Amino acid sequence: MGKEAQTPDAAASVDFQEVQQTGQFQKLRKRHRSFVFPMAIAFLLWYFAYVLLAAYAVGFMSTKLWGNINVGLVLGLLQFVSTFGITAWYVHYSNRKLDPIAADIRNGIEGHEFDKGGNAVKGVAP
Amino acid sequence: MKTLVPMVNVAALKDTTLLNMGIFALFVLVTMVIVFRASRNNKTAADYYAAGRSFTGSQNGTAIAGDYLSAASFLGITGAIAVNGYDGFLYSIGFLVAWLVALLLVAELLRNTGKFTMADVLSFRLRQRPVRIAAALSTLAVCFFYLLAQMAGAGSLISLLLGISDWGGQALVIIVVGALMILYVLIGGMKGTTWVQIIKAVLLICGAAVMTLWVLSIYGFNLSNLLGAAADTAKNPNVLNPGLQYGKTDTSKLDFLSLGMALVLGTAALPHVLMRFYTVPTAKEARKSVVWSIWLIGLFYLFTLVLGYGAAALVGADTIKSAPGGVNSAAPLLAFHLGGPLLLGFISAVAFATILAVVAGLTITAAASFAHDIYANVMAKGKADAGTEVKVARRTVVVIGVLAILGGIFANGQNVAFLVALAFAVAASANLPTIVYSLFWKKFTTQGATWSMYGGLAAAIILIALSPVVSGTKTSMIPGANFAVFPLSNPGIVSIPLAFLLGWLGTVVDKRREDAAKQAEMEVRSLTGVGAEKAVKH
Repeated sequence: MGKEAQTPDAAASVDFQEVQQTGQFQKLRKRHRSFVFPMAIAFLLWYFAYVLLAAYAVGFMSTKLWGNINVGLVLGLLQFVSTFGITAWYVHYSNRKLDPIAADIRNGIEGHEFDKGGNAVKGVAP
Repeated sequence: MKTLVPMVNVAALKDTTLLNMGIFALFVLVTMVIVFRASRNNKTAADYYAAGRSFTGSQNGTAIAGDYLSAASFLGITGAIAVNGYDGFLYSIGFLVAWLVALLLVAELLRNTGKFTMADVLSFRLRQRPVRIAAALSTLAVCFFYLLAQMAGAGSLISLLLGISDWGGQALVIIVVGALMILYVLIGGMKGTTWVQIIKAVLLICGAAVMTLWVLSIYGFNLSNLLGAAADTAKNPNVLNPGLQYGKTDTSKLDFLSLGMALVLGTAALPHVLMRFYTVPTAKEARKSVVWSIWLIGLFYLFTLVLGYGAAALVGADTIKSAPGGVNSAAPLLAFHLGGPLLLGFISAVAFATILAVVAGLTITAAASFAHDIYANVMAKGKADAGTEVKVARRTVVVIGVLAILGGIFANGQNVAFLVALAFAVAASANLPTIVYSLFWKKFTTQGATWSMYGGLAAAIILIALSPVVSGTKTSMIPGANFAVFPLSNPGIVSIPLAFLLGWLGTVVDKRREDAAKQAEMEVRSLTGVGAEKAVKH
């Protein structure tokens, strides 16, 4: 049947404020933010630096490097490279540093949930 | 015709028309069969809006690329580079870098906390009614602007391919395209739409790859030679340098910055992109989808650089500008130059398919937002059953489809990439501040959300209305009038910071505090995936 697989409504009995205060969650939160915030600031600064150069430093951007390839084109292509690089880095980081803790916390909560109902702990986490 | 494209004679064009229609008809037939097969399992709301959350990350990533690489990317960017040279390249870069915002800050957290729509996430820990209404309205506004751009693209393409310049003929073709789109969405829901987008993404990227290799082979796989040829044809070495379009005055430079800002901050706030993250089973698959789409989209934008300069070198900016369809005709004309009627036929059919697929994605997003947010949660106060909700969504599809057809008949002439950039500006102003604040700022309140969303939405739309896009110049939508008191054609540089400011201000002056337990729940769920919506099991 096209029915959504029911997960126990964790909200009903889990004290999320308590979970939020646990050291494990604080560690996950810190790891997440200490990666995504500096990275977001860095790529935005780099992007806006590029846009500003294209708008106000036309002479510099038009400097020819090899044949008809100029600084503007190289910097533009480097934006592609940095985007691909940050993507790969983030995937690597979250696979190693974020996913295991997140899975632990999730299993802890959802397992706890099942125990309370008197049922065996099922592998609900996908 | 003869003076526009020297190689085209009337007979050849007639051949091409039949061929175009043939290839397009084949695409419609194949996708229709797939949509029918895919839709047999459409039973619940999760099936209809979120394809049962059953797509894999790579499938969804391809569909996102299909959704994102709209007529704006293919026709618009290629045309912008062909005519304005380097300045057109900014679109590619902004459209791509923007995905990092989605990857790092939005995709996974959103997948973990929402159900079907953007409003699900924004109203999670704030007061339901006001936030949902605001989020739904801005969703509808963004979808409307985006639809307008796609339909304008359809108009350009039709006038080029069929040589139909009379109003009635073009309108008829737009009606046919619109009717097909309504059919796809009504029958297929999100699952059908997703398959159409996947097929289209593969065709588009393969077609662009073939053309790119073809162009490069003409210049001995030497990019420098290609650029030199483009500068020679243009008789202007400045096509390789920034500033050809935006470097003229201080105002136009500011406009360039404004465009750059809207592009990079808009993507992660586009409702139809956000909704795609609900079609996968977990946050991890949502991450995989974004990674896939970044690779595919980045690759495609590298192609557009070659295609744009290729069109500038081989077809020439003057020929492109004077062709029916104007700037948007660069890619089809290049295809004709390279591979004659057959390649033109294939590329045009792909471009048609592109418009069809993107319009379908936008329509289902707008319909879901109306049915799920406004009808089910606000009008019926959450008591509507899922069957009625889906019925309302289907009816909304028809209404939006008709609006899109009308919009398409009346919108024409403007560069499609440019019109889409306006949709990005509206999305970045109305949605992004509230998305970021509600995911990351503990103290954020309902008043902050509504001030930011309504303020950002109103500022963006009013500034567009008062800009040279709408009145004051020969290329404006209303060329006869002049009420363009705002000098920039993209409002982003004013409206986006304003919306962030309003979100902050609305929160700090708010005397009400939001529920701390809800905040804790949202934060824990967003990072861990506890209690996230699971895939539908059939």
